[in-house]
Amino acid sequence: MPGLAAELDQHPGIWRGGELARSACPGIASGYAALDAELPGGGWPCGALTEILPQHEGIGELRLLGPALARLASQGKFIAWIAPPHLPYAPALAAAGIALARIVIVKTARDSDTLWASEQALGSAACGGVLVWPRQINYTQLRRLQLAAEGGRSLAVLFRPSQAAHEPTPAALRIALATSAGGLALSILKRRGAPLSRPILLPASLAPASSHFPRSFDAHVVDSTTSAAVAAGSISARLALA
Amino acid sequence: MPLEAFQRGLPSPEPRAVAERQRILVCDAKAAARGLRAGMPVAAALALVPTLRLREREAAAETEALLGIAAWAMQCTPNVALDFPDMVLLEVSGSLKLFGGLAQIAARLRQGLTTMGYSAHLAAAPTPRAASWFARSGKSCLITDAAMLESELSTLPLSVLQSKEEETLFSIGAGSIGDLLALPRDGLARRFGQSLLDALDQALGRLPDPRSFCVLPEKFCATIELPAEATQAEALLFAAQRLLAQLEGFLAARAAGTRRLLLSLAHRAAPATRVELGMVAACREAAHFALLLRERLQQTALSEPVRAITLQVQAIEPLEHSNKSLFSDELQQEVDWPRLIERLRSRLGAAAVHGIVQCADHRPERASVHLDRASAQAEPGAKQLALDFEPRPFWLLERPQALEESGAVPCHHGPLKLLAGPERIESGWWDGADMARDYFVARTADAALLWVYRERSPAGAWYLHGIFS
Repeated sequence: MPGLAAELDQHPGIWRGGELARSACPGIASGYAALDAELPGGGWPCGALTEILPQHEGIGELRLLGPALARLASQGKFIAWIAPPHLPYAPALAAAGIALARIVIVKTARDSDTLWASEQALGSAACGGVLVWPRQINYTQLRRLQLAAEGGRSLAVLFRPSQAAHEPTPAALRIALATSAGGLALSILKRRGAPLSRPILLPASLAPASSHFPRSFDAHVVDSTTSAAVAAGSISARLALA
Repeated sequence: MPLEAFQRGLPSPEPRAVAERQRILVCDAKAAARGLRAGMPVAAALALVPTLRLREREAAAETEALLGIAAWAMQCTPNVALDFPDMVLLEVSGSLKLFGGLAQIAARLRQGLTTMGYSAHLAAAPTPRAASWFARSGKSCLITDAAMLESELSTLPLSVLQSKEEETLFSIGAGSIGDLLALPRDGLARRFGQSLLDALDQALGRLPDPRSFCVLPEKFCATIELPAEATQAEALLFAAQRLLAQLEGFLAARAAGTRRLLLSLAHRAAPATRVELGMVAACREAAHFALLLRERLQQTALSEPVRAITLQVQAIEPLEHSNKSLFSDELQQEVDWPRLIERLRSRLGAAAVHGIVQCADHRPERASVHLDRASAQAEPGAKQLALDFEPRPFWLLERPQALEESGAVPCHHGPLKLLAGPERIESGWWDGADMARDYFVARTADAALLWVYRERSPAGAWYLHGIFS
């Protein structure tokens, strides 16, 4: 029955085991060609949950999203940061090219508030991106968020600890991050399509402004008269006059 | 109307009635089912229904309700006239095209009145007097054809005239308007006065019937009395929704929206509880207000049960109609964004939802400033002077975390390897928040990148201040 097969091929929820699913709406380019090639829709999925499970905090989970967030913000889309673990730092975000005017931070006191706020943000057409750091979340709550995400067209990212890899998830995409020699290793634990056994290695270019790193920067910011002598003695002193 | 002026706050479990001069004026369906009739003495009514909640008629409350309805109805036409004690007349001929016909306007009015907690007879006719007679008779007909007017009017009973001569007219054999119209005009004028004849002529459109239209009030202030004291948020919301529907009509009439609603909940003894709703963008939709109010009411602690709710709006601002766009995405975002912020703030508190902005300060804590984002636009006045920073971490710790030291090397889950630095930041002597620190980029044993600093003091303690996530 060629007609049926062709019809099934058109359905976004059905894909062949060996292929990637065709996404109904194109993904948001991640900025890394190696990663885009392995994601259905050619980028971070919209209208579905993505889970990112970093091995440790600080290995590059935000840098990974940076280009996509910058693109969303430059298109004038708002990005909601819900229950972030620390203060998102404006100079770093600006340096990553993310328009600060498009960022809103939502602090919550309880887990239930986090989920409620996420559901509101996902369900509204207002946000282009929703980043959530839930402390505790179970399958039912994930399912609720996934349904809310399906209702909208935003990039929906949940940051969860790496231990969560063993729990089932309704999310469309689940990526574990680990460090490898000089770079970041992305294991796609779940995607709409054939499973991927080998991790994707993103080079060390993910490191923040890596050009700065080999050398030791002797940047000084000095404005008090008492330490002017120290500043003058430094080779690449910058004098910031307040 | 005399009854609804009191009881629209809540559906009442007990039968209710309003009395005037020791006689029942009007009673609700529950009381009527138990044998109460208008005109019955109060004592007899109480004997029939001992649980009857009886109120004395309050003309002022009715007038206020009528004014409220008139202001609300101005969303359909600017020409609204009052016909005391219980009639609002709308001149809608100019609005037919905008709203898509008389039936649509009538449906809109009927639905709005139900939401506000009023029941009404709606009637339309080519002349105001005919329309008011139809409504008074309880005949809900929409007549647009002047040719049909006379035959339809003829069927109305004489009670619509509200004339003292009603019984006399009846005794001479006139039972309906039609009978009156059939009588010789000069005889009618001689016996009952010219005014009766004029009224008939005005109803038929033979004489002009000028009305003075009411003027829309500047401010909105409406009160609803709760028949039973309420403590539940849902019950309060039910009553508040009636006020919000009224507000929506008022704002629509002014082509305006508001950013601030003030709801005061009156108690028996305690001072009124004030609930203030602030909006990011001007809005007039009752449904949106109700959504915000639900969250707020659920969080509001009441000292006593609530007896009455007053809704006030001080400042209104023009609100343009949004045009429908073929490419609706961008537009939808502009509309939905303030709504989302308001919903989040109404539950989490205003301070929990904020934006961030860069500030030209070398001290890391001050380079990123919380911004109370009152609107979706970027603040033009904010300091946009960007400093050329060395790499900065995405995360800044709310409070620097002291690090242990082992053999002159700072430790965080194992010894740290310093990759870059020092970046000396020595600033702030002028405002008392002086700091002198050497910042380093450090790598942990498990390859996370941290932003650490060492105090430039003899002790030289190490702190963790950021994470290069």
